[in-house]
Amino acid sequence: MVSPPARKLPRLEPDTAFYWTCGADDVLRIQRCGDCGTWQHPPLPLCAQCRSEAVAPETVSGKGRLASYTVNHEPWLPGLAVPFVFGVVELAEQPELYVFCNVLAAIGHVAVGMALTVEFERHEDVWLPMFREERA
Amino acid sequence: MTDLPEKRVCITGAAQSQVGRPSQRSALQLTADACLAAIADAGLRVENIDGIATYPGKSSEGGGIAPVSPSEAAAVLGIEPRWILASAEGFSHMAPIFNAVTAIACGLARHVVVFRSVAQAQARARSRASTLMAGPRERVDGNNAWTVPYNALSPINTFALYAQAYFARYGATEAQLGAIAVNSRANAAHNANAVYRNALTLDDYLASRVISSPLRLLDCDSHIDGSTAIVLSHRDAAADLRNPPIRIDAMGMATGGLWVGRHEGDFTQMPGAIRAARMLWNRTELTPAQMDCAQIYDGFSIHVWMWMEALGLVSPGEACRFVEGGARIAIGGQLPLNTGGGQLSAGRFHGYGHIHEACVQLWERGGGRQVRGARTCLVSNGGYGYGTMVLRRD
Repeated sequence: MVSPPARKLPRLEPDTAFYWTCGADDVLRIQRCGDCGTWQHPPLPLCAQCRSEAVAPETVSGKGRLASYTVNHEPWLPGLAVPFVFGVVELAEQPELYVFCNVLAAIGHVAVGMALTVEFERHEDVWLPMFREERA
Repeated sequence: MTDLPEKRVCITGAAQSQVGRPSQRSALQLTADACLAAIADAGLRVENIDGIATYPGKSSEGGGIAPVSPSEAAAVLGIEPRWILASAEGFSHMAPIFNAVTAIACGLARHVVVFRSVAQAQARARSRASTLMAGPRERVDGNNAWTVPYNALSPINTFALYAQAYFARYGATEAQLGAIAVNSRANAAHNANAVYRNALTLDDYLASRVISSPLRLLDCDSHIDGSTAIVLSHRDAAADLRNPPIRIDAMGMATGGLWVGRHEGDFTQMPGAIRAARMLWNRTELTPAQMDCAQIYDGFSIHVWMWMEALGLVSPGEACRFVEGGARIAIGGQLPLNTGGGQLSAGRFHGYGHIHEACVQLWERGGGRQVRGARTCLVSNGGYGYGTMVLRRD
């Protein structure tokens, strides 16, 4: 019996650490420009829209729609649990504001456009944002 | 438009080493094989070559994706370069070619050999995990930090997102996508250097296992060991050489999207490829309808649809229907596509197989896969960065 491989976690870097640790407060945070109001992800040292350096993490609703997904069937590493859903979520705050995730839902139920809400999964000092179906 | 740099540069030679899965020859030996053959094909001697370039350079990481540097290739070949470049940046795999064009056009070099060598089959033979995105370090950083923690360990996982979005938006079918793999395999049967040459039917495709839905095993290109090389020459030096010069009628390039981590659009198209195509067609009198054949990047089959639409070969949402059944994209069809088998059947040279095949067609060396009277060929390259060329023989 091969034990499942540990997830390879993100290194906490100065610009990105807030994203991977915001789950400690049970809220999702995305970088936003204080001057023009544009959200951007991945975070950058300045606003790619207006070049302002007044960018900072801000709490978002944690809601969005599934822009696309794939069901991964290939056990890339020995013991990797498959199938699983890898997806890209368009957050409610802004068109084309995307984050990647695993979709925590029955595979047959996953569809492009489905409404999702964030849920965190802690590994060591990282809170991975995951998304599950938003129930009405 | 005559003063554009690419109008001053021609492809004068092209060659490939043997291709192995794995090869018994080292990456440096394979590189020498391809470069020496390409130089001889041009009718040149090694001492005529004054520039050398490659994508991406050399790295001990990446599972054989970057096994040979241009300086060690120059050393083993006996080239004394006045101009040398390794580039993994910018417009994907074509960056060394575009940079060589500018070097030649401005007089820094006269004849440049550009090579792409891969040793991914050897690396995979040592460790099946060597080509995964996770890398050797304890934690993952950079662009991969956004995907690898979710066990998206292969590029197929991100490109499957594009395929699923395209399927959902346009109602495309698996059988339509399968037409790409089936067409490539039919062409590869006539390419002695292709890694997969056995017959493939649409039923075989549909029976192949799903790796990352909707993409199957047969939607993926294959890791190989080998090297492809081309010789670029100034047009003034090209006329007297062995082959009819292949003119670079136009080139286009762009970055964006997955490469830089910013996602644009709705995942049914590659906006960077659209920008590269716009630049391309602004630099030539030719039009998409005048292309005799096309070598379109196929790291995964879905790339072909997105590139075809970006390049204006078909309208958005139409690629799936255009390729259906395969007749239009076969040799003798309206737009013969990936005539050497592409990367799906001929192996992952990161687009250099496509460029080589364009030369095969324009020099009428295609044998059973020759497109009759081919004088123009469109080439596109890349899924993370984007490069494209119109190649033309007078």
